[in-house]
Amino acid sequence: MNSASDALADADDLGAGAAVLEKGGASRGDGPERLAWDSRFRRFVVIYLPLAIFVVVLLFPFYWMAITAIKPDDEMYDYKRFNPFWVYHPTLHNIRVLLFETSYPHWLTVTMTVAFAATALSLLCSVLGAYAIARLRFRGAQTVGLAIYLAYMVPPSILFIPLASVVFQVGLYDSPIALILTYPTFLIPFCTWLLIGYFKSIPYELEECALIDGASRLQILRRITLPLAVPGLISAGIFAFTLSWNEFIYALAFIQSSENKTVPVAILTELVTGDVYQWGSLMAGALLGSLPVAIFYSFFVEYYVSSLTGGVKE
Amino acid sequence: MDATAETLTFTRRPDSWLTRLFDYKPFLIAACLAPTVVLLGLFLTYPLGLGIWLAFTDSTIGQPGSFIGFENFVTLAGDPVFWMSVTNTIFYTATTTVAKLVLGLWLALLLNNNFPFKSFIRAIVLLPFIVPTVLSAIAWWWIYSPQFSVVSYVLIRLHLIDSNINFLGTPWAARWSLVVANIWRGIPFIAITLLAGLQTISPSLYEAALLDGASGWQRFRRITLPMLTPILSVVMTLTILFTFTDFQLVYAITRGGPFNTTHLMATLAFQRAIPGTQLGEGAAIAVAMIPFLAAATLASYFGLGRRKWQQGGTDE
Repeated sequence: MNSASDALADADDLGAGAAVLEKGGASRGDGPERLAWDSRFRRFVVIYLPLAIFVVVLLFPFYWMAITAIKPDDEMYDYKRFNPFWVYHPTLHNIRVLLFETSYPHWLTVTMTVAFAATALSLLCSVLGAYAIARLRFRGAQTVGLAIYLAYMVPPSILFIPLASVVFQVGLYDSPIALILTYPTFLIPFCTWLLIGYFKSIPYELEECALIDGASRLQILRRITLPLAVPGLISAGIFAFTLSWNEFIYALAFIQSSENKTVPVAILTELVTGDVYQWGSLMAGALLGSLPVAIFYSFFVEYYVSSLTGGVKE
Repeated sequence: MDATAETLTFTRRPDSWLTRLFDYKPFLIAACLAPTVVLLGLFLTYPLGLGIWLAFTDSTIGQPGSFIGFENFVTLAGDPVFWMSVTNTIFYTATTTVAKLVLGLWLALLLNNNFPFKSFIRAIVLLPFIVPTVLSAIAWWWIYSPQFSVVSYVLIRLHLIDSNINFLGTPWAARWSLVVANIWRGIPFIAITLLAGLQTISPSLYEAALLDGASGWQRFRRITLPMLTPILSVVMTLTILFTFTDFQLVYAITRGGPFNTTHLMATLAFQRAIPGTQLGEGAAIAVAMIPFLAAATLASYFGLGRRKWQQGGTDE
C-alpha cells in the first residue's frame, strides 16, 4: 500500500522538469554536470520508478493469464523445476480444448450478437433523445437531461432482482432477447449524456441556415447534425459495445441454459466444474474473452479516453 | 466536417402529411424521446418501483407472492450474515475508495509528466478497466490459489514467508485479497479521468506560483487540488456508487466464502434471490442498500462539489 505522502511528495515534480532543475541548482550550487546527473536521478526515482511499478502491477494479471493459457500442465503445477514466470514448452492444448471440447465458440457468438444488438438499439434511442434534449429547445429539456443522468446512477445490482421478475413476466427468461432489452438501461443514459455534449458543441447557426433553406427537421438531423456528431457516435458506440461485452450480473441472473450464456458468465459457471479447476482452460477462456475488447480498444484508444472523460466532466 | 464544405440542396417536395407532422415540434420532441422513455420506463423506472414493492412481499421466482409488511426486514435484522455483509460492504467501499483515489491521483500526476511513449503507456494503463471484470477476476483467483499462488512463490523465494498464504481460506485474508483486486481494477479509471482534469489546469498558474517561490507541495496543495476538486468530486461519487454496489469481483473470486464471510450486500441479495429463489428477501437486501448509497453519494457530492466558487463560478 503506498501512502498519501508518497503521492504528495511526488507532486513536487508536477508539470515542470524545469522546477526540479532550478531547485537542485539553487540548493546545492554544484557544477552543471553534477546538477544534470542529480536531476536525472531524481527524475528517475520520482517519476520513472513509480510509473514502472504501476505499469507492471497493472499488467501483471494479464501476463499471468496469457502465460498460464499456453502452459502445459506439468509446468503449471511444478514451481520447483520450472520458473512460473516463463513458459518452456508452450502449447495450444488449453486453447484447443476450449474451442473444440466446450461450447466456447457458441458463447462467443451469443455475446457478440447481444453486444451488437444492444449497442445498436441504445445508439438509436440515445441519438434521438440527445437530439431532442440538446437541439429542440423545449421547456423541461433540462429536467429530462437530469433524469437521464440520475438513471445512469442507478446501479444494476439494485435493479436485477425486480428486472428478473419483469423478464419472467414477459416470458423472456433464459432468452438473449432479455439481455438485448435490458442492457440499454445502463447504455442509454451513458450514450445520451455523451451525445448531448457532442450535439451542444455543434453551432446552432448551421441548422438555422438549413431551416431557412427549407429543410425539414428530419433532413437537418440526417444531413447536418448527425454527420457532424460522428466522432461522438463512434465514442458512444464502442463504449456501449464494451460495456455490453463486459456485463455480468444481468446475464448471470436472466440466463439459465448453457447455450444462451455469454462468455463471462459461461466461463465462470460452465468451465468451473467440481473441485479441480482446469486452470489452463480457464485462463485460455479469460484470455480469448478479453481479446476482442482489447483489440477493439487498441484501434479506438482516443475515443475511449474521450468518452470516459466526457462522461465524467458533465 | 463534410457537411459544411459541400453545398447542400434541400428539395422540398409538396409537403406530405408525414413531413408536416415531423415539422410540428411537439410531435417531433415526443417522437424523439419516445424510444428512450419507453425502454427506460419499462426496464428501469418500473423495476425500481417494483423492487421496493417486492421487498415487502414473500415473492419467489415465478410467484407474485403477497404483501407481508416489514417481515423481510425484521428477518434480516436478526440475520448475522446480513449484518456481516453490511459491515463488509462498508469496509470494502471505504478502504478501496481511499486507496483508489490516492493511487489514482498519484498515477495521474505521474502520467502528466513528459516521457517517451507517453500515449502508449497511457493506453495500456487503461487495460484493467477495458477487459471484462469477471475475466480479470478469474486471473486474480488464480493468483490467489492456495497451492499455486505466484505471490506466495515470490514471497517464499524472498524468504519473507515460510509457507503458502491461504489467501481465500480465512475471512480477513479473503477480504483483503478482494480489496487489492478491486483497487487494481479501479485505479485506471480514476487515473485517466483525473489526468484529463489535470490537463485542463493552465500552466500559467504554476508559472506564477514558481515566480512567487511556491514549493512543490504548495503548488500541489494550493493549485492542483483546488482546481481538481470539481472532477474529483464526480469521480469520487461514481467510485463510491460503483464500489458499494460491486458484485462481479466478489462473485468471481470468493462467491461470498469462506462460510459467507465475504459477502457484499449485492452478492448476498443475488444468492438469496436467484439461486435461493427468495425474490422478496433479496429485494429487501437491495432496498437496504439505497439509504447507504444516497448518504454516501450526497456526502461526497456536497462535501466536494459545492466549491464551485474556487473556479470562478458561482456557488449555487
